[in-house]
Amino acid sequence: MIWNETMECMKRDEMNKLQGIRLKKTVEKVYYNCEPYRKRMQEAGVTPDDIQSIDDIVKLPFTSKKDLRDYYPFELLSVPMSEIVRLQASSGTTGKPIVVGYTRKDLAIWNEVGARCFTAFGLGKQDVVQVSYGYGLFTGGLGAHGAVETIGGAVLPMSSGNTEKQIMLMHDFGSVGLACTPSYALFLADALKDSGLPREEFKLKTGAFGAEPWTEAMRKELEEKLGIKAYDIYGLTEIIGPGVGHECQYQNGTHLCEDHFYPEIVNPETGEPVPHGEMGELVFSTITKEGMPLLRFRTRDLTSLNYETCECGRTSVRMGRILGRCDDMLIIRGVNVFPSQVESVICEMPELEPHYFIVVDRINNLDTFEVQVEVKEEFYSDEMSKLLDLRKRIVHRLQSVIGLSPDVKLVEPRSIERSQGKAKRVNDKRKLN
Amino acid sequence: MLIKQLSIFLENKKGRFTDVAKILGEAGINMTAFTVSENSDFGILRLIVSDPEKAMQVLKDYQYAVSSTDVVCVQCPNKPGALATVMSLITQAGVFVEYMYAFSSGEKALVIIRPDNLEKTVAVLSENKVELLAASELFAL
Repeated sequence: MIWNETMECMKRDEMNKLQGIRLKKTVEKVYYNCEPYRKRMQEAGVTPDDIQSIDDIVKLPFTSKKDLRDYYPFELLSVPMSEIVRLQASSGTTGKPIVVGYTRKDLAIWNEVGARCFTAFGLGKQDVVQVSYGYGLFTGGLGAHGAVETIGGAVLPMSSGNTEKQIMLMHDFGSVGLACTPSYALFLADALKDSGLPREEFKLKTGAFGAEPWTEAMRKELEEKLGIKAYDIYGLTEIIGPGVGHECQYQNGTHLCEDHFYPEIVNPETGEPVPHGEMGELVFSTITKEGMPLLRFRTRDLTSLNYETCECGRTSVRMGRILGRCDDMLIIRGVNVFPSQVESVICEMPELEPHYFIVVDRINNLDTFEVQVEVKEEFYSDEMSKLLDLRKRIVHRLQSVIGLSPDVKLVEPRSIERSQGKAKRVNDKRKLN
Repeated sequence: MLIKQLSIFLENKKGRFTDVAKILGEAGINMTAFTVSENSDFGILRLIVSDPEKAMQVLKDYQYAVSSTDVVCVQCPNKPGALATVMSLITQAGVFVEYMYAFSSGEKALVIIRPDNLEKTVAVLSENKVELLAASELFAL
């Protein structure tokens, strides 16, 4: 099903025209209403008159996460506070959070794009959808909540945590959809198994998972363990929250709501646009938002874009899997390592649980790289040689994917912490020195 | 003739064995024999206990990775050359020993053996009148 066929299936040249008109409006708005943006544009020698089509976007300066911190909390708003009806903030792992203000229209846009996502996942007004993203400053809970209400589904606003109750109500209320982070979904999958309740007594069939990068292998794991179809819902607090993009029934790329959020891919080093289809850093411009429009926001997410029309009928551009965040990248012994690469290896090995923990340290001026993994219960052997052989195979696989040989440590069942929100999978001790 | 041995995966961390011993003690389970095979970061604790089913359940409840393996227990005289005789029989039968551990007391020595072929081991040892202990006899010691 398609929620907004006009927008989601629009011809490309028409879409580009619409994006051009919306971009121009947004540029005018920020230029005349937002001091930091006006200064930035003046420094770059650009005025709103220079923006006549969507292709002119490359003339505009970038916005970075640092800008959002520097202008904390409200300097990037393009409307007076009296127009703002909601504030959300990112989980800000370091220092101050990133704050986003929404006008009433911005919330309507958020609900609209969210509705496209949940409709694409096959959910509708007949379905109970359990929202197990955290509610609060984090956009996950309230974003998914508004989206499900918009399509007319019955929201079960669980928030995260309280796992036993999650399972009980999922069972008793017949939740058809589950919206949460993929790592929490794995946690719930274990809890569901432990509950001893038979799977056929659950109605669960669809997962809307996002807020952290996940791999194809993790999808398989989730689909098998929970007996559902697992879809990616993509979003960033800075842009709007969950709803910036979503997969469709073909699970072949994440459709972006590009009539609201215009995507570009640039070289993360130079900021130059890369040729179509090539990998680089994802950049978004919000072209309809009122409260805090962002122009050319550098997401630090690495991916590529595909402009071919999808089998589902949508013409909207599709984003490939996020291969990692520029910020998540660990440089170990000079090699670029993304935790998602480790995850893909761990998830594809049937002997291992889909949980891992990376410890990086520097001992005697040499980087150490340890990967802790849990062996599935049925694969723990009483023979040392078999376990050592398994460990060797894991090292070998990781080495061939990453180009670096880690120390693999087999740890006891359930000893790697299960996350109830965004998973913490890396401990880089080098930063403490 | 076959004895159920429990194998527990343990990380090489302070107090891990103490925890297992405590759990079994509190459950009223007695250990008859055990051995640890270890490398730098994990070990496998192999145990012969008075009530393997109960021990397995208790340890699983504590989320240990525990499995059960069949082994044989050979009783031979505690004197020079006795073990060599037994081992020659097994080797000549083409059986490969994955691991073994032993203890002796007074006139008797007991050897627990995990061969790659249980059936053949039992057959060749019985034919040659080597004494194999049943689980109940072992626990009665």
